[in-house]
Amino acid sequence: MKLIINELQFNYSSEPLLENVNLELKPGELVSIIGPNGAGKSTLIKCINRILEPEGSIKIGEKDTKKMSRNEIAKHMSYVPQSPENKFPTTVLDTVLMGRRPHSSWRFSENDINKALNSLELMGISDFALKDYNELSGGQQQRVIIARAIAQESNIVLLDEPTSNLDIKHQLSLMELLKELVQNKGISVIMAIHDLNISARYSDRLILMEKGKIVAAGEPADVLTEENIEEVYGVKISVREENGLLHIIPLRSL
Amino acid sequence: MKPKSLISSDSIKKDYNDLIGRKILFIIALSISIIAIIGISSTIGVIGLSVKEVYLTILNVFFPDTFVVSDVAARVVCYIRLPRICMGILAGIGLGISGAVMQGILRNPLASPYTLGISSGAGFGAAVAIVLGAGFAGGEYLIIGNAFIGALICSIVILLLSSKQGTTTETMLLAGIALMYLFSASTALLQYFADDEASKEVTFWLIGSLSYATWNQIIAIALIIVITFPILLWKSNDLNLIAAGDDTAKSLGINVKNTRLILMILASLITASIVCFTGTIGFIGLVAPHMTRMIIGGDNRFVFPASALLGGLLLCVADIFAITLAEPTILPIGIMTSYMGVPLFLYLILRRRKSYW
Repeated sequence: MKLIINELQFNYSSEPLLENVNLELKPGELVSIIGPNGAGKSTLIKCINRILEPEGSIKIGEKDTKKMSRNEIAKHMSYVPQSPENKFPTTVLDTVLMGRRPHSSWRFSENDINKALNSLELMGISDFALKDYNELSGGQQQRVIIARAIAQESNIVLLDEPTSNLDIKHQLSLMELLKELVQNKGISVIMAIHDLNISARYSDRLILMEKGKIVAAGEPADVLTEENIEEVYGVKISVREENGLLHIIPLRSL
Repeated sequence: MKPKSLISSDSIKKDYNDLIGRKILFIIALSISIIAIIGISSTIGVIGLSVKEVYLTILNVFFPDTFVVSDVAARVVCYIRLPRICMGILAGIGLGISGAVMQGILRNPLASPYTLGISSGAGFGAAVAIVLGAGFAGGEYLIIGNAFIGALICSIVILLLSSKQGTTTETMLLAGIALMYLFSASTALLQYFADDEASKEVTFWLIGSLSYATWNQIIAIALIIVITFPILLWKSNDLNLIAAGDDTAKSLGINVKNTRLILMILASLITASIVCFTGTIGFIGLVAPHMTRMIIGGDNRFVFPASALLGGLLLCVADIFAITLAEPTILPIGIMTSYMGVPLFLYLILRRRKSYW
């Protein structure tokens, strides 16, 4: 289903953190939000999910999310936070089962457990199913949370810097998995990400943010220009194309 | 992402169900222990009774004239020993569950009716009644009514704070601790100016006691627990999601604010209804949820009932020691729970290798 964001605005103690954000996301699209620290990437992700309450409209298909219950939104959208924590002991399987909450009630059905196990297998972490979530490494925890988002079976997945805790191999395999989900299941993905090379390589579109505003949007090659990056990040880069892939080489800070 | 796992889904499912089975078994074991301890505890006292006599007497209450029971046994068990034991178990159950709920809501293992100031609020209410004779209800309900209101005022302040935008769970806990100091200081001030008799009574009340339990009080607490427990249990799964963070819980469809509010109101109500009759019995509300989570993990659907029963059991055991250690003097139960609870608690947290709760 299409996600349409119209004139989104979010203030925190009368300081605007997001200003006039307009965005459309088609099914089967992978969009990355890039921008320096404090640009509002995480805030935008949270506003889209209505974890924060912004002004302006967010529509899923024809429906405004303002008129939907939390549970209804949760059936359409899942969220992978930046540093997922849990203060109390809980098994990996129980953590993934949380993703079934919007579809079930107090007790999880056989079907819920099967779906949770499937997504664990998809993320290659079935072996940890009954381990304590808190005993896993940061990268493993990240994969558990992504497995939870898959078990949630929403058609829009929001991720807040999902690769920041992962080594290079797991970064690439995660991105390939997301790409696969997007292409085969028609899921759409929005993620905030710092790594420009990874975002260029896997995204259909990039959104460049600065101080709560979108300053550039479009295909990676159009957004990741030397001028744009210099202006927003204050760094000198060189962009090269090799084997059809975009490479960003940072040169120096300005 | 990885080569296919060697562990099949079916074997994980079996192990998972076994894990749930063990949790249920733990709850059943606790229930049986409580029934056993009622019998054992009832035999303790000046008049010697056997365990069999005690159980027959209790059964005879429910099925009159079915069993042969001596008059003395009936009177001692029903009017002296059982009220004390039942009050102990119910208070333990209530404090055990309130502690589990509060720790879950605030996502903090330090939360308990005591550290949130609710017990101190009740103590201050009682002190006002004892020293100044002022209160919301008259007669025999003066102290009880004041204690109840004092406990509620404290929880309302914490709730009002929590509804303010941007309040973190840490802020709520710190506010509770601050309130605890405020109420304790106010109680001490009242005692400072009170005459010896009143001051002693306040001290006595603050320590906590099961000696004045009546069946009416027990029925009142039982009713509150019976009404609130199903709601708490119903919300327990939502609290599991809140443990993973407010943002995560919201994204999974939970109305975090409402859930927190409902649970906090119910837990405060249970606490207030207990401390107003027994005085402040510390430590059970902190220790029972911890021990439970160490044994069966953090799933609140099981932690709530298990922590309740464990609280009841712990308090009942502490009471046996309180009665027998310095016979014929009965030591105050509040002192006993701390003397027993602190070493046990220290042992548990020092033995723990993990950095989380």
